[in-house]
Amino acid sequence: MRFTLNGSSTDVDAHPMARLLDVLREDCGLTGAKEGCGEGECGACTVLVNGDPVCSCIVPFSQVDSAAVVTIEGLGDDHPLQHCFMSEVGAQCGICTPGMIMASLALPDDPTLDEIKVALAGNLCRCTGYSAIYRAIALSSQVARERVDGQVGNRT
Amino acid sequence: MRIATSTLQSRRATSLDEALKILSDEPRMPIAGATDVYVGLNFGTLKEKSYLDIWALDELRRISIEGEMLSIGALATYTSIIRSKAVNDRLPMLVAASRLVGGPQIQNRGTIGGNVANASPAGDTLPVLAAVNAVIVLRSASRERRININEFYTGYRVTQRKADELIVAVEIPRVEGKQWFRKVGTRAAQAISKIVVGAVRSSKPAIAFGSVAATVVRVPKTEAALARGASIDEAAKILGDEITPIDDVRSTADYRRRVAMNLLKRFWSETQ
Repeated sequence: MRFTLNGSSTDVDAHPMARLLDVLREDCGLTGAKEGCGEGECGACTVLVNGDPVCSCIVPFSQVDSAAVVTIEGLGDDHPLQHCFMSEVGAQCGICTPGMIMASLALPDDPTLDEIKVALAGNLCRCTGYSAIYRAIALSSQVARERVDGQVGNRT
Repeated sequence: MRIATSTLQSRRATSLDEALKILSDEPRMPIAGATDVYVGLNFGTLKEKSYLDIWALDELRRISIEGEMLSIGALATYTSIIRSKAVNDRLPMLVAASRLVGGPQIQNRGTIGGNVANASPAGDTLPVLAAVNAVIVLRSASRERRININEFYTGYRVTQRKADELIVAVEIPRVEGKQWFRKVGTRAAQAISKIVVGAVRSSKPAIAFGSVAATVVRVPKTEAALARGASIDEAAKILGDEITPIDDVRSTADYRRRVAMNLLKRFWSETQ
């Protein structure tokens, strides 16, 4: 079955009822999305399908036929959100981090704290108490803008 | 234990006609956003082996106002309901309910038809639909029929849907009166409700509760008491006798009864 994975057209032969999470991790070798709860509550497996965050542990593979899937790996290693999660210490054990970042990609620029909280309502973190995560996301819009203004190394 | 997905068999329909044809030949469990089905598979509690994937049926995603009727296609997701001007105008309490279904990831996938078909007594949209006498539109290859949601559930997770039918839409007549929705769960997001209520304040109040009985329920004795001008305290007492909550993993019967009575009072004071 063909779909677009992190910008590249991809052909994977997997069972149509396989979980998208398993196809990504086992067939595509992308282990950034994590399995937490396996019931769509924790958000650790969040990826984007056609731009919308979804829990890949409860998505049948057949339903991403021809769709565009983006995982945390698709962000490269120089995304403002990644830098801000580091600088604000938005990660401790790190299991929730890929899902937090993917879920926050649905936010508009310069989100309010309320918007951030709503966007992350489906992502659980048991370490940070969330404040550092909210801070990191709030900061990332500013960092992204400074990059554009300064034309520095915006590779994403 | 998780069910190996390789043991499952699925067919994917690309049109409603094709889906209904497949169902007329053999029963299969319809699967849309999969937010309930895959939880059942991941936990090994869902025994069905044979599925019909209807996610691709874009013709079931339409939300429209047709005369007095708000029609919501069965595959409309919570996100599309939240964003729909028609639903915000006509049935704002459905928007309120949709915002509290899981988090955005679930709202992007879960559908109103799935919420209705899954038939959980805790389904978040069901009290809203029950309070406004929503009509469930069922279609098979040979016929279409409409059932008031208050007659659709015949027991715990049992519906009137026949094996060859799909829920294709939910129709909501114009609502007169002030709408009110409240969900009480463990936390604001991502929690399955301990109690959920949808209600309309008018000369004939309409009140429906989830998680207080085997199915979503209207409370006709309580409604009648309020309609004839009984005091809210008297109505709350009648409600306490009318509902039949149980103790389960999420809450106790006593707690649910007390909260339901408090919610009734809250509804009444906030919709004056």
